[in-house]
Amino acid sequence: MTIILVSLLFAALLGAILALIIGVAAKAFAVESDPRIETVTDMLPGANCGGCGYAGCADFAKAIVEGVAPPNDCPVASAEATVRVADYMGITSEEKEKVVAVVRCSGGISDTVRSPYNGVEDCRSAVLVAGGAKGCDYGCIGFASCARACPFDAIEIRDGLAVVHPDLCVGCGKCVDVCPKDLIILTPAAVDVHVYCNSPEKGAAKRKVCKTACIGCRKCVKASDSEDQMLIDGFLIATNYNNPPLPDLVEKAACPTTALRLATQHAAGAYEGVSK
Amino acid sequence: MADNILAITIGAILVNNFVLSKFLGICPFLGVSKKLSTALGMSGAVVFVMTLSSLVTSLIYKFVLSKSFTINGTAVNLSFLKILVFIVVIASLVQLVEIVLQKFSPPLYQALGIFLPLITTNCAVLGAAELNVQAGRGVLASTIYGFCSALGFALALVLFSSLREKLDLARVPVPLQGTAIGLITAGILAMVFMGFSGLV
Repeated sequence: MTIILVSLLFAALLGAILALIIGVAAKAFAVESDPRIETVTDMLPGANCGGCGYAGCADFAKAIVEGVAPPNDCPVASAEATVRVADYMGITSEEKEKVVAVVRCSGGISDTVRSPYNGVEDCRSAVLVAGGAKGCDYGCIGFASCARACPFDAIEIRDGLAVVHPDLCVGCGKCVDVCPKDLIILTPAAVDVHVYCNSPEKGAAKRKVCKTACIGCRKCVKASDSEDQMLIDGFLIATNYNNPPLPDLVEKAACPTTALRLATQHAAGAYEGVSK
Repeated sequence: MADNILAITIGAILVNNFVLSKFLGICPFLGVSKKLSTALGMSGAVVFVMTLSSLVTSLIYKFVLSKSFTINGTAVNLSFLKILVFIVVIASLVQLVEIVLQKFSPPLYQALGIFLPLITTNCAVLGAAELNVQAGRGVLASTIYGFCSALGFALALVLFSSLREKLDLARVPVPLQGTAIGLITAGILAMVFMGFSGLV
């Protein structure tokens, strides 16, 4: 009993003495740093995602205070938060268009021809071995490298397919860097219509391995309001993000393979099981 | 005494190298060895902290923990608290050093930078203190042992990071690139250091 008491007392005493020493030293040797850095850090989202190119929010805040970086370099902060930081610093900040990531593939594992793959469950590893479990050489491998890279849990793997939730995505671009198939692009958040296919193969070849590939039938191009809303590149059609079509194009075009989708409905799972 | 110190020096740097034969401090060994410049920064911080912490912990052990005293007729010896005390003391010591450095030597603070707080709870630092107690070394011998162990760590780290810089230019098979080839290199380096065994 005595030993326990003495140990406790000793540990408490030691802790108190050390705390006192450090506390006194911290006060005595305090180094003045710009208090605005801390205030700006508190105003930033605190996600430390590195989307701005700095080593975290505190580092970015330092750059803002030093006038090296504009507040709107933060892809996560809302427009109001950016304006608040700019007002605090007494500078004006231009509003930056919000972007979200889009995985340009709609082929779930049940939609594509399967080839066996028993290796490491990581897209970049799968690419080294044989390209994963799907028949298409251009599609999403579905081993969640992007989902693991996402600091905001905005990517869900559903039926072996990476699906971005546009409401959670902040457009930091971390997933873009890790995707070995370069499938993910950052698109303006205001545009909802996307072609969820990235295969440049001929229509028939694509159809052979994937039920939801874009076969280049041009129904969407004909249904669109003006010529260049949808861009044709060989057998692949893509949204023209500089002149985007309205969301009702999806209904008007009635894409035969459902490769043309609304990002919001795609995320909500509206297209599951509808492929022909 | 001089013989003893020579034995400690050679033993700690080469024969019983902290990283390559005791496998202590593997985390910074692999983590900060990608570039020679960061390896040198880390080495400096480790030498600094391990020497200082060996001195302080051996002082505390000699004058407080190893003493037996009687309270209410019960003999009390607190040496069983040594790991707890050592880690708390080392962490506080590093904190203190960091605060003082930041005030009085900003260039050194910048150079050691993130490495100082990183090694507060490093097993190599605690290991040096613990091994000093186990070997029953005095204060001077403990400090020398801490310093030389850290030198051994620095030697291994600098060698390894130089090798890794060369590896960046070598054609490594794709599955072995990165950490994998680093670990293989570390293993071969450890085998090389085994050649010193029996020297002391």
